Amino acid sequence: MSSRTWKRPPLIKDTTWRYGLLALMALYFVAAFFSYDVNWSRVYEGLDRGWTFIKSFTNPDFTTRWTDISEGIWESIIITVTSTVVGIILAIPLALGAASNLAPKPIYYLARGFIAVARALHEIIVAILMVAIFGFGPLAGFITLTFSTIGFIAKLLAEDIENISKPQAEAVKSTGSGWWQWINYAVQPQVMPRLIGLSIYRIDINFRSSSILGLVGAGGVGATLNTAFDRYEFDTAAAIIIIIIAIVMVLEYLSGFIRARVQ
Amino acid sequence: MPVTTKGELKVWQRRDRAKQFKIWFGWFIGVAIFMFCWKIISDATTWFFVYDAPRIAVDIGGRAWPPRWSYLSELWKPMWDTINIATLGTLLAIIMGVPVAFLAATNTTPSKRFLRPLALLIIVSTRSINSLVWALLLVSIIGPGIFAGTLAIAIRSIGFVAKLLYEAIEEIDVNQVEAIQATGASKLQVIAYGIVPQIMPAFAGLSVFRWDINIRESTILGLVGAGGIGLYLQSSLNILAWPQVTVILIMILIAVVISEWVSSKVRLAII
Repeated sequence: MSSRTWKRPPLIKDTTWRYGLLALMALYFVAAFFSYDVNWSRVYEGLDRGWTFIKSFTNPDFTTRWTDISEGIWESIIITVTSTVVGIILAIPLALGAASNLAPKPIYYLARGFIAVARALHEIIVAILMVAIFGFGPLAGFITLTFSTIGFIAKLLAEDIENISKPQAEAVKSTGSGWWQWINYAVQPQVMPRLIGLSIYRIDINFRSSSILGLVGAGGVGATLNTAFDRYEFDTAAAIIIIIIAIVMVLEYLSGFIRARVQ
Repeated sequence: MPVTTKGELKVWQRRDRAKQFKIWFGWFIGVAIFMFCWKIISDATTWFFVYDAPRIAVDIGGRAWPPRWSYLSELWKPMWDTINIATLGTLLAIIMGVPVAFLAATNTTPSKRFLRPLALLIIVSTRSINSLVWALLLVSIIGPGIFAGTLAIAIRSIGFVAKLLYEAIEEIDVNQVEAIQATGASKLQVIAYGIVPQIMPAFAGLSVFRWDINIRESTILGLVGAGGIGLYLQSSLNILAWPQVTVILIMILIAVVISEWVSSKVRLAII
């Protein structure tokens, strides 16, 4: 009469792996923890300022720097619109090249390589280089975001093109269509909902990114935000952040609405 | 069906004239908006610098090559910091994000009227603001250093973790939950045995995915003083030490590629 109790099955079956991974993780956390050098008295001093910042959200100051804020926000929106449009237009041929079922091998590898580079570098790093090359201003921001939009859309669109239904594609081909007609009537209708969804999602991402490009001089509201923080004008910073959140929420609502209609 | 007659001949068209006109008008408005935006960018641009750009690019490229490999020895410590910022930041985000997710999911939230909107507000506000802005704020509050960077990554990731997790919680299979409830389990037990096993794969996947994104983001936090390799990027740029910049960029690229590879392997193993 042995009493048996049930135990949850462990996540990783093999015991050496389970305890080995745990030990490694523990070791890592100890090492990471000791490499942190936190100045607690400075943190404690800062708590007051943190509280001021949180309080400033109840009393944001839209008026004092309104011209700077509105110019910055407009510039962010304009960069978002132009870079998304140009990025999508350039991403479509790249996606066709990066789809393994359409493109010959050399083009495929070339396109995939470009996509990998475009996705690996953070927007800010690209923006720094673009500012160095093209000078300060929204053009550098536009080129930066166009570059990362191309990588994003091309990668996801290429994956969708690779997953199209073959019978439809063959049906169009068997009517004797040329390559362009084949792309236009067999591939394009199948990937269109996804492309629209991605594009709208990308508008959202581009707006969020365009609000920080100003930190490195690539246009947009980031420069104003940076100055506000540097001068401890938390009420102005709060106003900018509230505007950004509001616009992102509107975009997110719109994108949900449009994606629900398309798909 | 939209058909026009040309004498004897009937020609099929995809759309009738009114619809065709509407679509054309939509495109017209879109192109007009784009041209308007482009004009504003163009006005704000000093075109002389742009015409000069190819020469400048070649010039910078010439200065940046060959990379100064000896600089590499100074970069191991900031790279280690960068990885710590991303890893511990992700961990903190998970610790804070999981309760928020349970408060935000319609089927687990204790109060739909008060706690759910609050949780959704936390998700939206942390998600909409870039981690660089959080870093800017935290550096001005608690001072520069990797601690501020870690917190910035953590706060930015709360919304991401919580949003994807609460969507996973809302999509769970109700039968399993009811089965656990039927055994007389308490509310916490239902969560532990009915819900958690179902969302575990999604949870593990999104944590690793976010870690991968955070590696990329933490490489730049140093630009605003929040520690990591970005600090060295900033100082090398300030003194125009382009060969050092090249070394840093190569290092960042390798780190990002490795983390992406690890993350995709782990996600494939889980799902």
